[in-house]
Amino acid sequence: MTMLRAVNKPGLVAAISLALLLLVVFPTVLGSYWLNLISKYLVFAIVGVGIVLAWGYGGILSLGQGLFFGIGGYLMAMYLKLQASAPDLPDFMIWSSTEVLPWWWRPYHSLSVTLISIAIIPAALAFVFSYAVFRKRVGGVYFAIVTLALALTLTVMLVGQQGYTGGANGITDFKTLAGMSIISNKAKVVLYFVQIVILFVVMGIGTAIIKSRLGKILIAIRDREDRVRFSGYDTALFKAFIFTVSAFFSALGGALYSLQVGLITPTLVGVVASIEMIIYVAVGGRLSIVGAVFGALLVGWSKSVISESFPTVWLLFLGGLFIVITMFLPSGLAGLLIRLRFRRVTNAAPERTQ
Amino acid sequence: MSSVILSVQELSVSFDGFVAVDGLNFAVERNELRCVIGPNGAGKTTLLDMICGKTKPSHGTIKFKDLELTAMVEYEITRAGVGRKFQTPAVYEDLTVLENLEISYPEQRGIFGSLFFRRTPDYRLRIDEVADQVYLRELLDTKAGLLSHGQKQWLEIGMLLMQDPELMLLDEPVAGMSARERELTADLLKKIAPGRCVVLIEHDMAFVRSIAHKVTVLHQGKLLAEGTMENIQSDERVIDVYLGS
Repeated sequence: MTMLRAVNKPGLVAAISLALLLLVVFPTVLGSYWLNLISKYLVFAIVGVGIVLAWGYGGILSLGQGLFFGIGGYLMAMYLKLQASAPDLPDFMIWSSTEVLPWWWRPYHSLSVTLISIAIIPAALAFVFSYAVFRKRVGGVYFAIVTLALALTLTVMLVGQQGYTGGANGITDFKTLAGMSIISNKAKVVLYFVQIVILFVVMGIGTAIIKSRLGKILIAIRDREDRVRFSGYDTALFKAFIFTVSAFFSALGGALYSLQVGLITPTLVGVVASIEMIIYVAVGGRLSIVGAVFGALLVGWSKSVISESFPTVWLLFLGGLFIVITMFLPSGLAGLLIRLRFRRVTNAAPERTQ
Repeated sequence: MSSVILSVQELSVSFDGFVAVDGLNFAVERNELRCVIGPNGAGKTTLLDMICGKTKPSHGTIKFKDLELTAMVEYEITRAGVGRKFQTPAVYEDLTVLENLEISYPEQRGIFGSLFFRRTPDYRLRIDEVADQVYLRELLDTKAGLLSHGQKQWLEIGMLLMQDPELMLLDEPVAGMSARERELTADLLKKIAPGRCVVLIEHDMAFVRSIAHKVTVLHQGKLLAEGTMENIQSDERVIDVYLGS
């Protein structure tokens, strides 16, 4: 019981400090430049929560989260671009001499269709794909490679279809959401707080899943999938479910990215972006939802600082960080904190920890 | 014949040309505690693997009551009432004893059922009852990874009991146990056998003698002999290939 309390409390403390940091400290201390950057990191924190669920608890390593992030981002961008360029065609289409709006662009004049698409398309895709793969008992490294290939494929398609997707430059230059400006400073601040609310809702959903019986089943599947089948579970369905949840969170993050940063490009869909997302979670701790959020903030912040002054060093730094974390801190910063705290608890009250 | 629960006919499987089980016929009745013995490589574990769906046979049928198990996948077979315990204890080491038993509770095994699962008093009662039976009542909050080898074996039997299967397949349940633990396990098996049927693989002849109703001897994938322990022990062929002098 002592150990249980020692493990649970830091999570709550960390969540409260996170809320204070985001809601009080950052808005009062930081200027709009840094607040915008924090907004961007929060987008990846939402993605990170999904990765904690799928990778940390379900044992499913996906190196293609960028795929779902990208679909969410591009769907949102299509709506925003149509808003910005109405009644004309989007500028990049004109440059590529596309003369009529493709049929599959048309529904995205509507905000509700866009939001429903963001909620459904990536999740449905993730479910159908992953259920088929898991039923065939393909998992582990092979699954990671397949997802990596998918992310790469989407990047190539996006770059190739310039007239429909904006090609390598992506889609940019947004102005309004449902008629309201999204580029004014005030709008950015509102978006910042909206994102915090969404982040905490996502964290709440993630925590509820982990604490439910389904969460225990996921851990069991991660550790001994063969055994879980003989407890009468369709394990492929459970893995597909949690992968779908993580894809949904990624798509949500992608949509918020387009909205908040004001552009979406194929690089955000690709292999490097997908692996970066994994590293955020690895640094924060793949078994800790709050840890993953701190990981996204911390790595995002170092990315901004390092790539500002030494742009070429960033990727080397990121790779080095990943190696160090995997070798010395397999459960990330959250794991380190729990270990330190647990040591303190046992030292302080040895007679209670029998 | 109505009391036959499990009936295996002409069952064969081969791996890359090696015939592990070869034209096996075999039937078990309700309330029976059957031991399967035989030298290494006789096909004992493979037989259990095929019954529970882990391995697909290349030929033959496995009837469990009215169901043809060869056409079903693992979780369907489990839900139909077949429980399997593996040779090396397969428990979820990162979960507590309670959670291990909880996962094996045979209800709410779908996505949303398990997502909104609530612990009811009935269900808690069942867990306590099973934990008592397998001598782990005091250890409900312990992580399964911290249990001794023998306790893990018990926990896995407990997980099967949670499922309340009509047919229990146990692969060497007393391997690695102390003499005292073996006695307790024998008591446990005698207690749980009534009302279901238990098929058990074991090498420890003293243990087999203490519990088995009937013994089946396999050799090179084939049925060598079947009968009571006394018959088996005096059977020339069995002495030759397995028991020794």
